[in-house]
Amino acid sequence: MNALHEFLLRTGDNCLILGHRVSEWCGHAPVLEEDIALANTALDLLGQTKLWLTYAAEVEGKGRSADDLAFLRDAWDFRNVLLTEVPNGDFGRTMMRQYLFDQYHLLMLQGLAQSSDETVRGIAAKAVKEVAYHVDRSRDTVVGLGDGTDESHRRMQEALDYLWPYVGEMFASDTVDAEMAEGGISPDPASLRDAWDAAVADTMAEATLALPDSRFHHKGGRDGRMHTEHLGHMLTQMQWLQRAYPGATW
Amino acid sequence: MYAQMVKSTGQGVKTREEMSPEEAHFQDRVDADEKIEARDWMPEGYRKTLIRQIGQHAHSEIVGQLPEGNWITRAPTLDRKMILLAKVQDEAGHGLYLYCAAETLGVSRDDLTEQLLSGRMKYSSIFNYPTLTWADIGAVGWLVDGAAIMNQVPLQRTSYGPYSRAMIRICKEESFHQRQGYDIMMKMAQGTEAQKRMAQDALNRFWYPSLMMFGPSDAESVHSAQSMAWKIKIDTNDGLRQKFVDQTVPQAEYLGLTIPDETLKWNEDKGGYDFAEPDWTEFFDVLKGNGPCNHDRLKARQDAWTDGQWVRDGLLAHARKKAARKVAAE
Amino acid sequence: MSSVNPGALPQTESKAKPRNEWPLWEIFIRGQHGMSHRHVGSLHAPDAEMAIKNARDVYTRRNEGVSIWVVEARHIAATAPSQKGPIFEPSESKVYRHPTFFDIPDEVGHM
Repeated sequence: MNALHEFLLRTGDNCLILGHRVSEWCGHAPVLEEDIALANTALDLLGQTKLWLTYAAEVEGKGRSADDLAFLRDAWDFRNVLLTEVPNGDFGRTMMRQYLFDQYHLLMLQGLAQSSDETVRGIAAKAVKEVAYHVDRSRDTVVGLGDGTDESHRRMQEALDYLWPYVGEMFASDTVDAEMAEGGISPDPASLRDAWDAAVADTMAEATLALPDSRFHHKGGRDGRMHTEHLGHMLTQMQWLQRAYPGATW
Repeated sequence: MYAQMVKSTGQGVKTREEMSPEEAHFQDRVDADEKIEARDWMPEGYRKTLIRQIGQHAHSEIVGQLPEGNWITRAPTLDRKMILLAKVQDEAGHGLYLYCAAETLGVSRDDLTEQLLSGRMKYSSIFNYPTLTWADIGAVGWLVDGAAIMNQVPLQRTSYGPYSRAMIRICKEESFHQRQGYDIMMKMAQGTEAQKRMAQDALNRFWYPSLMMFGPSDAESVHSAQSMAWKIKIDTNDGLRQKFVDQTVPQAEYLGLTIPDETLKWNEDKGGYDFAEPDWTEFFDVLKGNGPCNHDRLKARQDAWTDGQWVRDGLLAHARKKAARKVAAE
Repeated sequence: MSSVNPGALPQTESKAKPRNEWPLWEIFIRGQHGMSHRHVGSLHAPDAEMAIKNARDVYTRRNEGVSIWVVEARHIAATAPSQKGPIFEPSESKVYRHPTFFDIPDEVGHM
C-alpha cells in the first residue's frame, strides 16, 4: 500500500462525500440566502475533491483520472470518515456536521499548507482560505440556532448528540498517518485534537449546547473496513450514469 | 415566458384624454425611456401588474431549480456536477434579485412566497415537466434557458428601474447557462448510440413545452397592450417565439437532431420558419395544475418552507438576543 | 436588486399579520478596481453580521468584490422624487464651476 496515495484518497474522499451531501440541499434550503451559501460550500469542496483525487490518481500511476476514482470505485474503496457520509437530516444536523468537520478541516489544512510535498502544499494553500470561511459560517449558524428558540436549541442538541460518536474517527491515527507525519507531508490527526476540542468547546458554550462527554467513536471509514449503509445508497446515485453507460464521454 | 399570462388592469390602454395629469406625466416619462423608481408616482395598475410579473418571474427561478437540481447528485463527472450546481445556484440568486425588485413595490418576500405555496401565484409552465435523462439537463440549458434569454435581454430595458437592474445582472450571469446546456447536447449527440437516443428524446419532449414558454398569441390581448405601453413587456409572444425557432433550428441541425415538427419549413417570404403551434390545451392544463410535475414541484417548495421555519425563527431569535445583550452591556 | 428605501413604501399588500421576516439589507460592494462602494442589490438576513456573510455568498460569486458594506434598508434616507427639480436643477446653472467655462489661451499651456 502506498501511504501517500491512501492519504490523498482520505483527504479527497472527505471532500467528495461531504460536498455531495451538501449539494443535496440545492433548491430545498430554509431560505434563499442559505440555499446559495450551501451551494458555495459544496462547490468549494467539490473543487478541492478534484485537486486531491487528481493527485491521488497521479501518485497511483495506473492511468486513472479523478473521475475514475470518484465514479468507479465501490464503497469499500472509499476512505472518507463516516461523519461525512451520514444523511443530511434536518438543516440543523447538516450545519452541525459541517461545523464539526470544518473545524477539523481547517486545522488539518493549516498543517498541510506547511507540507513537505509541494503539490499537497499548493492544494492546501488554496483550500485553507475556502475552509476558513466555511468554519466561520457554520460556526455562526451553530451558535445562532443553538442560542435561538427553544425548538432550534433542542434540534441542535439532538444533532450534536447524534453526530458526536462520529467525531473521534477524524483524529484516529494509524500507520498511514504515522508515515505521513514522519515524512512531514501531513500532521498526525491525533495531534489536532486538543486544538479542535478547545475551539469546539468554545463554540458550544456560546451556542448554549452541552458537549457529550463520551469518547466512544465509530470507525471504519478512513481505512475502508466498514462504512455506514448510507454510503452505498449515495454511490448508487452518484455513479449511476458512469456505471450504466461504461466508456461514454459526458 | 417565466412570467406567463400576466394580467394587467384589464381595462386596455387609456387614451391621453382619459388619463389623469399624473398618469399622463407618468406615461411621458415611460415614453421618454426614463426609469421609474420605487418612490416615484405610478399608476396602481402598473404597480400591481409589476408585482405579479416580477413575482411570477422570481417564483419561476426558484421552482426552476428543481428539475435541474434533480440531476445534481447524478451528474456524470466532477466537472459536470460543479457546473450544474453553480448554474442551479445562480437560479436561486436570480430568484433572490427578483424578489428584492418586487419588494420595492411594497410587497414582502414572505408574502410572495406564501402566495406561491398556496397556489395563488403561478410560475412558468415549463418547470412542470420532468427531467428524465442526463440529456434533459442539456435540453433545459439549451432550449429553456435559450427561450428565457430571448425574453430577458429586451427586459433589461424595462421601464421599472429595480426590475431593469435585476435583469441586467441576471442576463450577465446567465450567459454561460445556455452554452453549458448546448455543450452537454454536443457531447450527447456525438456520443454513443444510447447518448444520441437520449439527446433526440430530450429534444422531442422539450420542444413544444419550450414553445409554450412564450405564452399563447397575444396579438389581441388587452393585458399585453397595456404592459407594452408601460414597457414592462417589450415584445409580443409570437414575435419572440418566431425568433426562438429561427435561432434554434440551425442549432439542432448542427447537432444532427430532428425537431419533432414535420411541418417545419423555411419560409423565404417572411424570412423565418413556419412551424407547428404547441398544443394549447396542454398548456392550460399545466397552468391549472395538471402538468406531470405540478404536485411534486409545489410540494418540494412547501416542504422547504415549512421545514425551514424553525431555522428562520431560530436565527432571528438569536439576532434579537444578541442585540438585546449588546444594549444591556452599554 | 432592489432600489433604496422600500421601508418608505406603502405597505398595501403586506399588512396582514405581523411575522418574523428577516429584515431587508442593502448591499454595497467595492470591486477590485473600484474607487468606491456601489449598490449591488439587497438580501434578507437576521442581523448585520449575517447580512455581510450572505452578501459574500450572494453577490461575490464571480469574484466581484474586495469590500462589503451592508445597511438595513429602513435606515437609508433618500431624496424624494417630487423634489427632483428644486434639489438638482439649481446646480445646472452654475456653469462657472466647470473648467471649460474659462477660455485660457493655448500659449499659456496646460492648466
